[in-house]
Amino acid sequence: MEKKKHKGSVVERKKEVLSSLENLGLSIYEQIDGGQFPSITMPSRSTENINYDPQLRQFILGDRRVKRSARNIRHLKPFAQLVWAALFSNELSSQRKTSTLRDVYYSAQAYEMTFKDQQESNNIITDLETVLGFSREDFNIFPEERSAVFGDLTIEYTVPGYEGKTMDLTSHPDGVMIGPALTSAEFVKTKADKVIAIEKGGLFTRFIEENVHRKFNALLVLTAGQAPRATRHFIRRLNEELKLPVYVFTDGDPWGMHIAMVIISGSANAAHLRELNTPDAKWSGVWATDIVNYKLPTDPLDEIDMKRLLELQKDPRYKEDPLWHREIKTFMKIKRKAEQEAFSRYGLTYIVDEYLPAKLEETR
Amino acid sequence: MAQTTFEEISAADFFYRNRDIAGFTNPSRAIFAAIRELVENSLDAAESLKIPPDVYVRLSYEGEASAETQIYKLRVEDNGMGIQPRHIPSAFGQILFGSKYKLKQQRGTFGLGGKMAILYGQITTHQAATITSSTGLAKIYMYKLMIDIQRNRPIILDRKVLINREQWRGTVVEFSLEGDYFRAMPRLLEYFKQTAMVNPYANLTFVDPKGRLYKFTRVTKEMPEPPKETKPHPYGVDVELLQRLIQLTSCKNLLEFLRVHFHRVGDITARKFLEFSNLSPSKNPKRLSHEEIVRLMHNLKKFKDFLPPDASCLSPLGEELLKAGIVKELRPEFVAVHQRKPATYAGHPFVVETGIAYGGEVPRRGSFILYRFANRIPLLYDEASDVSMRVITAMNWRRYKVMPDMPISIVVHICSTKVPYKTVGKEFIADRPEVRKEIANGLREVARQIQHFLSRREHVDRERKRLGVFSKYLPKIAQFSAQLAGKEKPPDIEKLLKSVRQFGEEEA
Ligand SMILES: Nc1ncnc2c1ncn2[C@@H]1O[C@H](COP(=O)(O)OP(=O)(O)OP(=O)(O)O)[C@@H](O)[C@H]1O
Ligand SMILES: [Mg+2]
Repeated sequence: MEKKKHKGSVVERKKEVLSSLENLGLSIYEQIDGGQFPSITMPSRSTENINYDPQLRQFILGDRRVKRSARNIRHLKPFAQLVWAALFSNELSSQRKTSTLRDVYYSAQAYEMTFKDQQESNNIITDLETVLGFSREDFNIFPEERSAVFGDLTIEYTVPGYEGKTMDLTSHPDGVMIGPALTSAEFVKTKADKVIAIEKGGLFTRFIEENVHRKFNALLVLTAGQAPRATRHFIRRLNEELKLPVYVFTDGDPWGMHIAMVIISGSANAAHLRELNTPDAKWSGVWATDIVNYKLPTDPLDEIDMKRLLELQKDPRYKEDPLWHREIKTFMKIKRKAEQEAFSRYGLTYIVDEYLPAKLEETR
Repeated sequence: MAQTTFEEISAADFFYRNRDIAGFTNPSRAIFAAIRELVENSLDAAESLKIPPDVYVRLSYEGEASAETQIYKLRVEDNGMGIQPRHIPSAFGQILFGSKYKLKQQRGTFGLGGKMAILYGQITTHQAATITSSTGLAKIYMYKLMIDIQRNRPIILDRKVLINREQWRGTVVEFSLEGDYFRAMPRLLEYFKQTAMVNPYANLTFVDPKGRLYKFTRVTKEMPEPPKETKPHPYGVDVELLQRLIQLTSCKNLLEFLRVHFHRVGDITARKFLEFSNLSPSKNPKRLSHEEIVRLMHNLKKFKDFLPPDASCLSPLGEELLKAGIVKELRPEFVAVHQRKPATYAGHPFVVETGIAYGGEVPRRGSFILYRFANRIPLLYDEASDVSMRVITAMNWRRYKVMPDMPISIVVHICSTKVPYKTVGKEFIADRPEVRKEIANGLREVARQIQHFLSRREHVDRERKRLGVFSKYLPKIAQFSAQLAGKEKPPDIEKLLKSVRQFGEEEA
């Protein structure tokens, strides 16, 4: 995988997004022009319609569809909001600008379209995703929270003003933020042969300091807690386009475990979207069994942690693999949890020198 | 040991000493009570002829009396029936003299009110009262009077007879009194307003000491049927009344006595009753012993077959007039009124009329505004203790979609030959089950009507809102979709809006 050029995938996708937005407008225009109350149908996102697909190894929406009709007074406002959101996205995309969910909320006011609150405008964006089957990042709408990447990967920007410029992702020692520009960049070349995703900023920095990227020939991704969708999509692209295996390191508790799971199998909230998950990614630690085997310093699992474990036990995503079963059981048995930093008890470099290679080997 | 001395005092003396009883408690109440008594006499005098009343009241400043009180001249003029000259001195100068002791609905009852006002004026200013009256015949009579308090007799200071060229009919009462008008003012104006409300056929004019004119103009000349005089109903008699009737009667036997002196007692009923009471129909009533009279009274109350009293002795306002009065004084957006069928308590017939007014100029107070009336007189004091207030508080208004924070006024009018006042103050109605039931049913009826109105309006409102939503969002959807599709101008939405309007009409 010395040199690879994936140019084109991002630009192609942008074209598709634009034309699907226009088609949506056209369909509504024609319905009204024909003297009909316009309507839109889309897959239902109600919990009954969210199913786990073991083949795809992610949540998907079932066959149930809902109809938004402008004849129904209760649908009217969300309908108008949806069409507005489509128009707004269209303008963003064609002007090649980006915005955040927060911007969307405020921009609406300029069109005399009001959203009750941020939640309402977020929901409309999710509706638009569902209708078109693209995720909001495709419409140039990004969430607030940002994560980062570091390692031997050269990308080429497509954002205005930077078109054609390339960058090496080792050029900044804090890593490069996975924002709109990076998300829409094409991958040019890499020497890395794996991706290591890390939950916490402290450890991400430690890994860079300790030259993990070089020692292990890896791209390092900071998820910063639960990975944002742009980051999940980015990891998937690394996996798919560059064929890099992905290893996820989290805290040793139910929440960390689930961060890994969402990267692997996606979230129910995004069941209407594809290509946000990386089914072949591996959760490499910190496992409950690691806590036992490495005799890590621990804290007790509290009531909320235990409740979460019980929930996860019933979750279809966890049914798949005996690994998850074993770990949930072990957590329940030992009733303890450990942070990634807990390895410091064996010295600051122990995690890099001992633990990491062992786990990469174990979960390969 | 002190010597106990006994003396007799006259009725005038008694009320002079106990003027609180009649409402002349303090300088501000006194002004209010004096005006009220004279206005009510005037309304009675006009109504008994079924003439739409014209009452003119003027209170003018005469001078200082003390730091807080002033001396005023009060003049009340009406177009009523007038008084025959020979009765004028007693009617205005002798306490407990009057023409309204009969059993029919009238405002006045005691033969006291007008005199108390004059008496109060006399004791505070030591001046005579002037009464001018004509029954519309050739002459007008003018008397200058004072009351001899110890002997309860009028003292005539002057008497004039004038030629009645204009065929004027009515009465003018004029005298001076001490009082505190500015403290009395809010209640007094409220009194006029509420009086106008239940007397919508009357013209009331009031000129206050500052020369301000308050005019309440009639909206109709229709008047309620005047009441007919009635006899006491058997259920309502007491031993005292029986004894008085026995003394007066010329009937020679009990059968005739019952038939002649009691309301709704005919030959058959009288016979049945006498059998029930084990009394001989031929017995002379004057021969009844005291014990027999007491037993007769008890049996009269016990016997089940007397017909209930009829209501011809009552003169309720009627739904039309009540509505006119409410609309005139409250200017609401909506009004509902209801008249109950006559009912009785303890042998006394009564009729309850209710009204409810909503919106318009009715203020929003956080609780309902209650207007209470008895025999077309507003009751302004002791509202909380009144049976109407209790009924309103106990009622489940929510059922009628009525909330206390709505702009709502409630009107309750009770007419009776004997209004069941709780106290001698005549300011609130006692909580008697029969009365409570009538008021409750009357209020339920108007509540149903307002519920109907409110839900209709709600529907109209909803429809307007619905159309509003469509006219707000359809154009936007049209505009956004056109822009999105890259069209020059938005598609025509008129057709869609039309169908929205049609749909709304079908619903209604
Ligand atoms: N303006 C008037 N026009 C005609 N008659 C009047 C007028 N004012 C008083 N009278 C006569 O004088 C009588 C006495 O009046 P007064 O107000 O003292 O007693 P009342 O009205 O009979 O009873 P109440 O004490 O309840 O007022 C009345 O019964 C009535 O016959
Ligand atoms: Mg009177």
